Amino acid sequence: MLTLTCPYCGLQADETELHGGGEAHLTRFGPDSSDDEFEAYLFLRQNPRGVHAERWRHVYGCGKWFHALRDTTTLQVFGTYPAQTLTPPADLLKAAGVEPAA
Amino acid sequence: MPPKRRYSAFAIARETLRQHAGWDRAWADRPMKPRYDVIIVGAGGHGLATAYYLGKNFGITNVAILEKGWLGGGNTGRNTTIIRSNYLQDPSAAIYEKARGLYETLSQELNYNIMFSPRGVMMLAQTEHEKRGYLRTAHANALQGVETEFVGPDRVKELCPIISIDGPRYPVLGALWQARGGTARHDAVAWGYARACSDMGMDIIQKCEVTGVRSAGGKVTGLETSRGPVDCDKLGLVVAGHSGHLAQMAGFRLPIESVALQALVSEPIKPCMDVVVMANTVHGYMSQSDKGEMVIGGGADGYNNYTQRGSFHHIEETVRALVETFPMISRLKMLRQWGGIVDMTGDRSPILSTTPLGNCFVNCGWGTGGFKAIPGSGWAMAELMAKGTPGSLAADFGLDRFREGRFIDESVAAGVAH
Ligand SMILES: Cc1cc2nc3c(=O)[nH]c(=O)nc-3n(C[C@H](O)[C@H](O)[C@H](O)COP(=O)(O)OP(=O)(O)OC[C@H]3O[C@@H](n4cnc5c(N)ncnc54)[C@H](O)[C@@H]3O)c2cc1C
Ligand SMILES: [Zn+2]
Repeated sequence: MLTLTCPYCGLQADETELHGGGEAHLTRFGPDSSDDEFEAYLFLRQNPRGVHAERWRHVYGCGKWFHALRDTTTLQVFGTYPAQTLTPPADLLKAAGVEPAA
Repeated sequence: MPPKRRYSAFAIARETLRQHAGWDRAWADRPMKPRYDVIIVGAGGHGLATAYYLGKNFGITNVAILEKGWLGGGNTGRNTTIIRSNYLQDPSAAIYEKARGLYETLSQELNYNIMFSPRGVMMLAQTEHEKRGYLRTAHANALQGVETEFVGPDRVKELCPIISIDGPRYPVLGALWQARGGTARHDAVAWGYARACSDMGMDIIQKCEVTGVRSAGGKVTGLETSRGPVDCDKLGLVVAGHSGHLAQMAGFRLPIESVALQALVSEPIKPCMDVVVMANTVHGYMSQSDKGEMVIGGGADGYNNYTQRGSFHHIEETVRALVETFPMISRLKMLRQWGGIVDMTGDRSPILSTTPLGNCFVNCGWGTGGFKAIPGSGWAMAELMAKGTPGSLAADFGLDRFREGRFIDESVAAGVAH
């Protein structure tokens, strides 16, 4: 059972208490964007075999959205962090062995 | 190379008399050549069927199928083998019905018993909303020339006496019934195609993982593999859950997310149901194998993963749903559980497409329901690869539909993950 610590209420939540929201840190595009931008935002995904930054919602808890950095092949969780963040925190990336994007 | 000896009742009798010493290997284990006209990555059902129809329909036989594990060891060998074609949208009905039709005579065509069993598939309607949805599908199927029928609860009970019609939470209001749907032996489908491909002189290279895609001037030139480099004129990526990974090597992204989907089988029991039943509202489905095991499937994980295992709580949810639908299974012991990595698209429809690289093609996105499509998908993909442009079966399944908003929405017809 996947267990994530909600960065808001601090609870260790089982996956049955959470809802996955897919890839995190996508650039949102609105009405005046091009078809390519809109497609990338809505549909195209990294879907990596390895480290994945993703959105989660603590649905059966405090109800808040948050982020997690997790390995999709080992299910190792490197940590969780608040939703109001544009890139994963440097210490989590380091724990995951990933170079922070420039 | 001499053609394979045909399998027949006569051959069995002959071999019985000489201790079965005369059987050939079903497919050859040849070394990889430095170059092929076409390379298919992934020896699952879809990759093998693509290669087979490239040879059969287009005479292209200088083909290699590269497989990182063993052939048929991906989702093809892990699925619960439901075959049906009662989808809602016209492009889906066309390709799934083509596949179902090809399945009917595939054993004879491949001279390999794939154990196609058109025992009938029933999708239960357990809410008013679901009932209206299936009535709509039945009407759509009538227009598409796909034989389906909406049947009432009495007929459901007649077709499958072990169903609890009055259900504790969701009484059965009827069902979408496709009498020509059914099951087939999953491994045999892969093995039968592999044998036919090998017979045409194609190379099936197992334990050969593709680790890089070489390209120049917007075209693929070759691949890096765990068995060394290899060149090709055309490349087909047919790797299901690993499509995103291969696309990354080739330098583009796909509208796909990979998740684990699991299935389980019970101890064998005496024959108790001779149809396939899917209960989409409570989320589970079941059929009985020829060995007597109840073959059970349910939900996919809710987050990206490549673990081929699946979350434990899905087993509980699935089994709970099925005990409610079939009370007599409540004390059945489960024998095995396993998972596969399925490739989910946003509209729950597959992708058969050209890519940003001119001579590279993808066939993926079959998600939780592509076993039923194997012959039709291979047929359409072979046409796409041979001609460079899609034929009528593949035309609507291109990648451009996501940019242009021409979705083939099958989120309802795809129902429970199957
Ligand atoms: C539990 C479960 C139940 C299902 N039930 C049904 C059902 O009842 N009915 C139905 O119609 N469908 C069902 N499906 C879906 C169906 O199994 C798939 O859609 C179908 O088998 C996909 O076939 P494929 O050939 O595309 O992929 P696969 O059979 O997965 O083949 C892809 C191959 O590519 C290989 N590969 C990956 N990466 C590389 C690489 N880098 N180099 C070389 N090779 C590579 C893999 O090893 C694999 O063998 C189910 C799936 C699962 C998991
Ligand atoms: Zn919380």
